[in-house]
Amino acid sequence: MLSFGLILITSLFFTGIIGRTKSLMAGRKGPDVFQPIKNVLLLLRKGSVFSSTSGLITQLAPTISLATVLTAALLVPFNGQQAVISFSYDFVLFAYLLALGRFFMIIAALDAGSSFQGMGAARESLYSMLLEPAFFMILASFCLITHNSSFAGIFSSLGQMNTEFLLAAVLAIFVFVNIALVENSRLPVDDPKTHLELTMIHEVMVLDLCGFDLGLVQITSFLKFAIFGTLIANCVMPGFIPVIAQIAIYFAIQMLFAIVIGSVESFRARNRLNRNAQYILAVVAISLIAFVLTLFL
Amino acid sequence: MRFLFYKIMELLLPGAALLTFLLFAVPARFKNLTSTILILLNAALSSGIAIQVLSNGQTFSYALPAVGVLRPTLVIDSLSALFILVLNVTVITGILYSRGYLQPYLEHKGRMTMAIHHFSFVWLQISMSLVCMFRDGFSFLLAWELMSISSFMLVMFDAEDRHILRTAINYLIQMHIGMILILAGFLVLDSTTGNMSFDALSGYFANHPNMPVFVLFFIGFAIKAGFIPFHTWLPEAHPAAPSHVSGVMSGVMIKMGIYGILRVTFNLQNQLLEIGCFVLVLSVISGLYGVMLAILQRDLKKMLAYSSIENIGIIGIGIGVGILGMHDHNQSLILLGFSGALLHLLNHSLFKSLLFYSAGSVYKATHTRNMEQLGGLMKNMPKTALLFLLGTLAICGLPPFNGFISEFLVYNGLFSGLQGQSPYLTALFIGGIVGLALIGGLAVFCFTRAFGITFLGTGRSEHATHAKEISVSMLFPKILAGIGIICIGLVPAVFVKPVSGVVSTSLKLPSIATLVPALFDNLWTISLVAGILVLLAVGILLIRYRLLAKRSVTSGPTWCCGYTAIKPSLQYTSTSFTGDFTKLIHPLVHESKQIIPIQEDDIFPETRTFSTHTSDNIKNHLTDLPSDFSVAMLRRVAVFQTGKIQHYVLYSLMFMLLIFILSFFNIL
Repeated sequence: MLSFGLILITSLFFTGIIGRTKSLMAGRKGPDVFQPIKNVLLLLRKGSVFSSTSGLITQLAPTISLATVLTAALLVPFNGQQAVISFSYDFVLFAYLLALGRFFMIIAALDAGSSFQGMGAARESLYSMLLEPAFFMILASFCLITHNSSFAGIFSSLGQMNTEFLLAAVLAIFVFVNIALVENSRLPVDDPKTHLELTMIHEVMVLDLCGFDLGLVQITSFLKFAIFGTLIANCVMPGFIPVIAQIAIYFAIQMLFAIVIGSVESFRARNRLNRNAQYILAVVAISLIAFVLTLFL
Repeated sequence: MRFLFYKIMELLLPGAALLTFLLFAVPARFKNLTSTILILLNAALSSGIAIQVLSNGQTFSYALPAVGVLRPTLVIDSLSALFILVLNVTVITGILYSRGYLQPYLEHKGRMTMAIHHFSFVWLQISMSLVCMFRDGFSFLLAWELMSISSFMLVMFDAEDRHILRTAINYLIQMHIGMILILAGFLVLDSTTGNMSFDALSGYFANHPNMPVFVLFFIGFAIKAGFIPFHTWLPEAHPAAPSHVSGVMSGVMIKMGIYGILRVTFNLQNQLLEIGCFVLVLSVISGLYGVMLAILQRDLKKMLAYSSIENIGIIGIGIGVGILGMHDHNQSLILLGFSGALLHLLNHSLFKSLLFYSAGSVYKATHTRNMEQLGGLMKNMPKTALLFLLGTLAICGLPPFNGFISEFLVYNGLFSGLQGQSPYLTALFIGGIVGLALIGGLAVFCFTRAFGITFLGTGRSEHATHAKEISVSMLFPKILAGIGIICIGLVPAVFVKPVSGVVSTSLKLPSIATLVPALFDNLWTISLVAGILVLLAVGILLIRYRLLAKRSVTSGPTWCCGYTAIKPSLQYTSTSFTGDFTKLIHPLVHESKQIIPIQEDDIFPETRTFSTHTSDNIKNHLTDLPSDFSVAMLRRVAVFQTGKIQHYVLYSLMFMLLIFILSFFNIL
């Protein structure tokens, strides 16, 4: 239950910190850390304009997407503490729940009947498909070195902080960070601030959503960041210190994660779109290296 | 009591066989009704026995009167019983669906064609049940042949189209190549053990190396099942057949190949690592290649046909895990692998038949299967669209639907096998995990495109914009399949229990509840998560509905960068959806482009066309190349076929002369 609460709290400020970092790096003061969540609250209070082409799927998709991410959040543990729901190989369900949400967002994009949305949908489904094996390989290597089969078991073993665990955890963190970037359409795969529809991925998919539904999409994205942030924190969280200290470390890691994303976005240009596939395959290759490494540990 | 039962059977079976000829006598309007009744009767009889076998675990056997060398005995053990139940369900939904689907054909098809069609359909069911019941080689092959021929007749329904005729003949030839291999397997058994039956397998395998005979049987059955590279008939025959036939063929007939493979596999005793490795690698390749090719198809039914290959791959991964478990003497692995395979087989029969029936409805309403001509059907055909969506969600293995449960079982096996001692197994299992994850991702890519392009956006042709929802009689069988999909997805534990029971009785293992004690708790937890998901979605939807009810909700044109003259042709097409993917995998598939380049002196270029065509490299090289070569060779021989009677008389004279000379010099 603790992890679910922490995920909710993190999701409130996470994107704000990214934005703040970017503006500080650019020499501006920048908006409040809670500005994104205020924007969402504003969106939630608005009415809606739907495309006359779209139908039932557009109405359903943002809701289902949010529901899947909330359900997936229930499966994420906090260090050794059990998640709300935990069973062996729960991470398979976790991955497929996220895929269900993605499925609905992709078909909602096609529902608008425009070439822009279709473009975004095609890209999103291609990249997420390529990334799928990375998550499973990292979890397979965790299963192998910790001899556990569930999120909770794996992370409580990792909490013992053996050197060999740490080595695998470092590679795992790299992969998780990249999965989070692709899932949330961030640099270097996608630029959320771009103004040209032709080069967008995620933004162009939700081009025809507004008001309440757009708010839901934003919340979903905040939650996804917080979920992956929690997974990352779990990889390096020492299990032998008191819970209060763990929570402090947790928030420090979340802040660091957000600042890293902000700095990357400040200094890096985006990949050329046709290079994205290679970039993602490189991430998959690193997860394979992590797996091979665990065989020798 | 039992004696009486046998007496009834003895009278009933030949009677039932004769009864099918009634289909030729009844008027065209009642043929469908008659075949429905016959199929229901047959299903009731065989399912009754099957359910009895599954519930008490005892094998049912009944000796038919011997005919010549044939000594057929009907044997139904739990494996056969499961397959009989699965096939009966799909055949029943198929015949119910065909009622509406065949309606327009009644006018312009002859009475005889309709009679043959229904007759073949009934016999397809009978022969498939018999395939599951016969153990001795001759009777089995007879039933197998009957199944091939009846499905061949069904594929040929539209044989006025030369292409369909070609496809059907190609199918028939490939089925016989498969049958020869199975026959060869049986002959090896006969020559060494003197018993040409599945029962002789365990005796043979105990004393001989397993790999050669297994591979013989496996390839023979794999041609039916559609494993890569033996799949080439499948993507041609499925689109050629009427939709209820494609649904039954893809849903259950290709599974008879899996039945045969399992029958052989359950008797294996040695060389298990090699065999398991062979099956697992081939299955991962089948899954990946199948779904990749599915993504490239523009024909809705051809796409579904390739996706059947993908699902056969997933079933094969389960079987591979089971065999490797047998190698490792890891009983929980055996049970997880084989149960996952069997459950996926049941699941696939449900969602694939649903998808084929829906594709048939789309074809019926729009007269095209080309996705580039479709679009926006969700507005005109909302019920078909929702059922198709249900099928796509299930086939992508997404929770809370049935596809997820079987893939979860296979994942369970793969992950638990990972922690074994042998490094070979670890390497194989991680390959399986990566393969299955990638297949899942590719399936999402494939089916979001199929659903989105076909049913969403606006219609790309006249036919698509004026499509009308199909009749209730065609919706009903799809709803039946849909209920099955949802039930297995929401309460998986209820269904996993009997399916895993089949594996434990067949291999004489303890039940899955004792070997993997946490499994049923996990499955109930998955039900709980599914419940939470549904509740959350419904809850948020209700809040959304109540909030939006009070606010201004309007509609406007889709945002197109300020460009307002939006035409349907501006939408993303299915080919452009797969554009990046095609570039990524171009070494594996052959894509030909036809484009007339603009010349330098073309000052005012005229309208040009551009077309791309992707083809299956394995098909090009494995079947088309040799058949083209042999056709070319035969054409050379054809110079002798002049059509003049004088020449033919001359040939026979020359032949006699040759015989005379040869015998004169005492060579003959």
